[in-house]
Amino acid sequence: MKTLEEKPTEEATPREPARRGVTRYRARRVSYKVAMYAILFGLTAIILLPVSWALTAALKPDLEPVFTPTPEWFPTEFREWGNFRRVLTDVMPFLRYMVNTMIIVIASILGVLISCSLVGFAFARLRFRGSKVLFYVLIVTMLIPWQALMVPQFLLFVELGWYGTYLPLIVPSFTGVAFFIFLIRQYMRTIPRDLDDAARVDGLNTWQIFWRIILPLSTPVLTVCAVFTFLWRWNDLLGPLIYLDDDSKFTVALGLANLVTRADTPWNLTMAANLVTVIPTVLVYFFVQKKLIGGIASVGLKG
Amino acid sequence: MAEITLRGVTKVFADRTEAVHELDLDVPDGKLIVLVGPSGCGKTTVLRMIAGLEDLTDGTIAIGDRVVNEVPPGDRDIAMVFQNYALYPHMTVYQNMALSLKIRKLKKEEIHRRVRDAADVLHLQEFLQKRPRELSGGQRQRVAMGRAIVREPQAFLMDEPLSNLDAKLRVQMRSEILRIQKDLKVTTVYVTHDQTEAMTLGDLVVVLRKGQLQQVGSSEELYERPANLFVGGFIGSPAMNLVEATVTREEGGTSVRFAGHRLRVPSEVLDARSELAAFDGRPVILGIRPEDMEDGALVPGSDPGSRFPVSVALREGMGSDVFLHFQIDAPPVMTEDTRELASDVGDKAVQELQEQASERRATFIARVGPESRASLGSPVELHVDARKLYFFDPASGRSIGEGRDAAPVHAAGALAD
Repeated sequence: MKTLEEKPTEEATPREPARRGVTRYRARRVSYKVAMYAILFGLTAIILLPVSWALTAALKPDLEPVFTPTPEWFPTEFREWGNFRRVLTDVMPFLRYMVNTMIIVIASILGVLISCSLVGFAFARLRFRGSKVLFYVLIVTMLIPWQALMVPQFLLFVELGWYGTYLPLIVPSFTGVAFFIFLIRQYMRTIPRDLDDAARVDGLNTWQIFWRIILPLSTPVLTVCAVFTFLWRWNDLLGPLIYLDDDSKFTVALGLANLVTRADTPWNLTMAANLVTVIPTVLVYFFVQKKLIGGIASVGLKG
Repeated sequence: MAEITLRGVTKVFADRTEAVHELDLDVPDGKLIVLVGPSGCGKTTVLRMIAGLEDLTDGTIAIGDRVVNEVPPGDRDIAMVFQNYALYPHMTVYQNMALSLKIRKLKKEEIHRRVRDAADVLHLQEFLQKRPRELSGGQRQRVAMGRAIVREPQAFLMDEPLSNLDAKLRVQMRSEILRIQKDLKVTTVYVTHDQTEAMTLGDLVVVLRKGQLQQVGSSEELYERPANLFVGGFIGSPAMNLVEATVTREEGGTSVRFAGHRLRVPSEVLDARSELAAFDGRPVILGIRPEDMEDGALVPGSDPGSRFPVSVALREGMGSDVFLHFQIDAPPVMTEDTRELASDVGDKAVQELQEQASERRATFIARVGPESRASLGSPVELHVDARKLYFFDPASGRSIGEGRDAAPVHAAGALAD
């Protein structure tokens, strides 16, 4: 925005012929920036408009219609901030749900990071018989949709007596996620092999090479995996819906869904709950966005 | 410190290429030995086998009295410097140097002392808390050296450690490495494809070609008494001029004829190369080093039998010398050796060699004194120091008369050809 404050009009008036070229160049650069910002603002508005609509709805008192003939995009009256408090305390045990979800999310991230980094390391750095075939098998498993596995997996977990616990939502992460293994392997392959050799000469064994050299150098891709796991688990509705039956164990996504499925949906509260639910993901993205973008850019393009 | 002994070391890779063939080598305690040869000659493979990063197909490697074939790299008590330094990017310089000591569970104070000492030797004190990416190429190189030094190992292994530096820095670091090696007196195996580096650094130089040992010796030995055509052509810059010639015994002495020229071979050369007599009337390959030729005008009164006329095609003044390029009326020597030597220089050299072969005109280079008035296109008579002529057997490429003699004393001799 700095360029816009440079008062381009004044600069556009040429004082001496020699400066004309420079001024014209500057004017063009400024207009380019103006256009850029206009486009970006437009795109941002499109994305933020629904959020603004949700906020409008969230601030309405009970029973006031939310779906008006002409959509109310912006809040006109800031009446019912209490709705947010009600969501957090009265309507449902929202904080409880938050904690539940966090348990699942954190355990899943831990599981993904441990299992996928180990398997990815093996595929990327170790030479063993059949590694290629195994890797292709792994890739093929990515093609199987989760829906196809849903029923057999459910039966398996019921058999294990895990129904109604968090285990079916957490334990699969510890057994590896094909997509993340793929990402991590691709990333680790780009780390120079000489580092392994140097480490071996320095006396490190394979485990130490993994732990002290390769893992610290893989933080960008690990961040990507962690953030994706966070988003997927945080927003996951189907998993908790299938496996959880006890109200006190519900996740946020499940709580939200339950709000809507009632006959008389309290839309104002639903929207307030929605907005609250989004906050953690926005925060996470906010804090890791640099690493995330760098990580995504560096993953899978090489190797 | 210890000597390193290789016996019958052979490496065949999974794709069945034989990188190293029955190599016997003794690296004396405390000496710096340089493995040199064109790319693909197996020198790095040898080094990696000594380090334990590559398994042996056959043979044994001993460091000191201990055969280390089955010993993992970390337990061989060696340190290695890699071509691209292989510094751990996420660690500081201090951590890079300390890691191997930490793994060995040395006391903190001891680690601290060793890293400080190494940093002093290498002038790295102010960089200890920096990360490798904040350092220049030369500084990274020094850190890589430091990582090797702190180990206080029995041997240093260096894999082209200077090849990523610019020319000036390379010369500087070369003398630095030499100084450190002499100070610490650690047995060192140094791999390079740069023959200048090999000649200036090595107590002993080992020339390898296609996994086979060609010759082991001091720089002087390799230069003065190359065991074969390959070593003769590889050592020396500009390279030795080679041409097909015949040796004939005539009245009044023996002479060598090439490209319509004739040079008298002094009797001392014949005495030293007794095998030459057997080549009477048969083709040989004659080698003349550029520096063994001189502008005839600068050597007045020299024996007419040691002179031949040429026409200068290119004059390169170097200040201290003048390089005269000229063509001779004979095809360049085309053997497997010369082809490989050319391909080591580059594709352009191979192309040039082929062009010269098709035109049947080889290019020679003479390195003459700076006072030489020889100019482009002018006829010049060149004087050759006939005592320093080299002769090779065209069939085997072996040096005639001293191939066997040149076998090194303190290192295992050449292999079966």
